Amino acid sequence: MSKKLHLLVVFALLIGLVGAFAQPAAAQQPVKELTILWAEWDPAVYLAELMKDYEKEAGVKVTVKQEPWGSFLDVVSKEWAAKGTAFDLVVGDSQWLGQAATQGHYVELTDFLKETGLAETVTEATLKYYAEYPTGSGRYWAFPTEGDANGMAYRKDLFEDPDEMAAFKEKYGYDLGVPKTWAELMDIAKFFTRPDQNLYGVAIYTQKDYDAITMGFQNVMWGFGGEWADENNDPRGAINSPGAVEALEFYRELWTCCAPPGSSNIFFPEVNNYFISGQVAMGMNYFAFFPALANPATNPYAEVTGYFAMPAGPTGKRYAALGGQGMSINAYLPPERIEAAKELIKWFGREDVQMKWALLGGYTCNKKVLASPEFLEVAPFNAAFAESMEMVKDFWNVPVYADLLEVAQRELHAYVVGGEGTAKERLDIIAEEHYKILSAAGLIKEAAPAATETAQ
Amino acid sequence: MTATTALQAEKVAQRRQVRRISDKTIQTAFILPTMMLLILWNIFPLFYSLYLSFTEYSVITGTPPRWVGFENYRNILSDPLIWKYFALTGRFALLSVGLQTIIGFVMAMIVRAKFRGSGFITTLILIPMMLSPVVVGKFWAMIYNPTFGPLNYLLGMPPPRGPDWLANPQFALWAVVLVDVWMWSPFVMLLCLSGLKAIPEYLYEAAAIDRASAWFQFWRITLPQVAPLLMIAILFRTIEAFKQFDVVMGLTGGGPGDATELVAVKLYRIAFLGRFDTGIASAFAYIVLIIIVAISNLYIRYLNRLRGEA
Repeated sequence: MSKKLHLLVVFALLIGLVGAFAQPAAAQQPVKELTILWAEWDPAVYLAELMKDYEKEAGVKVTVKQEPWGSFLDVVSKEWAAKGTAFDLVVGDSQWLGQAATQGHYVELTDFLKETGLAETVTEATLKYYAEYPTGSGRYWAFPTEGDANGMAYRKDLFEDPDEMAAFKEKYGYDLGVPKTWAELMDIAKFFTRPDQNLYGVAIYTQKDYDAITMGFQNVMWGFGGEWADENNDPRGAINSPGAVEALEFYRELWTCCAPPGSSNIFFPEVNNYFISGQVAMGMNYFAFFPALANPATNPYAEVTGYFAMPAGPTGKRYAALGGQGMSINAYLPPERIEAAKELIKWFGREDVQMKWALLGGYTCNKKVLASPEFLEVAPFNAAFAESMEMVKDFWNVPVYADLLEVAQRELHAYVVGGEGTAKERLDIIAEEHYKILSAAGLIKEAAPAATETAQ
Repeated sequence: MTATTALQAEKVAQRRQVRRISDKTIQTAFILPTMMLLILWNIFPLFYSLYLSFTEYSVITGTPPRWVGFENYRNILSDPLIWKYFALTGRFALLSVGLQTIIGFVMAMIVRAKFRGSGFITTLILIPMMLSPVVVGKFWAMIYNPTFGPLNYLLGMPPPRGPDWLANPQFALWAVVLVDVWMWSPFVMLLCLSGLKAIPEYLYEAAAIDRASAWFQFWRITLPQVAPLLMIAILFRTIEAFKQFDVVMGLTGGGPGDATELVAVKLYRIAFLGRFDTGIASAFAYIVLIIIVAISNLYIRYLNRLRGEA
């Protein structure tokens, strides 16, 4: 018995010793690999290419794991639920910020971005929308990585055809060209809508599933003076204001008059498909999807495709719905991996790296690179992109954004595509339901203090 | 010496008894892993989600569930939109299962008769139910497309005259029903066919001797004999109709507006898609489950009555 007891004690001591030495040894091990999770699309491929340089410089192998857009949020959420470490960094959507920050899924990067000076390198709008939560608080949770916004692609061969130009001038009394206002865009869309030639004016977002129709509508709404809420986060009187109502009527008219039949549930791939197949004169899409239109291998009209930033509404102001993502660090990592992830972000934020990122095809948020001639000339849509990034706005990024989005999607789709009710009725419903959701979440403010919770 | 030998023999016997595993133990050893898996994957989630349905809980927040009693159930059942979606799902189930039953039964009657190529045709008919529902949804979205989809051409309404089936709130549900009928009528046909082939030939011979009409034979022999299997097909299809998700997401995403927002689609929106309202989603799932169990019970009672009569 005593022999067994001795053996047991020796065994326990051995385990203790191994444990005691193994722990510090593991902590001292330098991190040799990191994983970034992102959606499955071209920019992720460019990022993977860029990260080969980091391996050469820092000796850390970086894997860019890609998830299809449809399951990207689900994969990230599952990891959050499990407090998992399947990825070290995630290039997440701007709308997730509130949820991820308040629920502790992201490492706060405020001090890091300020101390390293990285916060100063990116444009104000990208820092505000991709990194900051709550908006105006000066607290950052991500490093702006892939800037993106809605823009428009158009067929230059049609717009610059002398016969078309003459016919347009005769009909509308002004020159055919890149539209400066939404009213002009409507005229052009109507002009090119020729069902007998299987040609339509414009392809716009209408998909119901996630956020497409809301994103598309926002481009118009802000220019018409509508807002998702007032400065106290009260949506009543803002989202159903006369400007917003007019904007919704405009969006429906644009879709019914000038979009290809069958485009009742479309998002970025379908818009590009309509454009590539020569069915539309203009197409609304995120800039991140324009490389496919500029590539002659995928778009037969690539050489004659032009790009422009969103036109102005009756208020004279121009806005573009924000896309894009910031790079955040998984809060459930051990300290040494968090440090390694910060080192990676520090490297990624360097101006020369940002320039290479932009030249590879990534949409940099770096102020200097965005303004550089190399960037503006490297792709035909970069000038419009740089212009758009100065006028971006976003949907809500509060923790209850998904609840707000579901209501907006349902009501906007019912009116624009289904033609059910009036624009005013639908927006009144959105205002009331959004008010209920925001009130329940404690986000409606009594007075108007400094910072608003929305990303407006 | 004799006592020692006896003692040793007893010890050996005891050891043998220990080594020999009884049939009962073997049975338990084989069943236990399956039981454990069943408990782990089915029984535990079932009861855990029942518990969650009485809590305020989001799976991604990291905060523990908070007991709220029947509040989730109250909120769901007092939401007029949820009732609208239940009514819509009921309408979908009624239309879809009704048409599948009729078409499936008719197809079974047709392919029951042996003719040249009947086996090949039966196999062809079964193909739709073997396809992935998401693929079917996307495929049919193209068929419905008013610009290039063949449906409007077949109906003699080439563009731009043909309707946009999926954009019209009046037609969208019918469009989903049509796809579901196309996909699952073969399943009903298959079950009916096995029922039809099991009917003894002498029943028809006896009826023929009695100069029974074809209609009489169908009404008094064919239908009653096939009815139990037909009821099983209807039962399965009704349950599936309440769970319909993939085809809707592939075709309309629940739109236009919420014209095709069936309960499974709504449940998905609550449980995932950024909301992750796990507590409310669990309560909603239990309400759907209770309705399915209630409907299934009605079917099973009727089925038992049919069997009793048979």
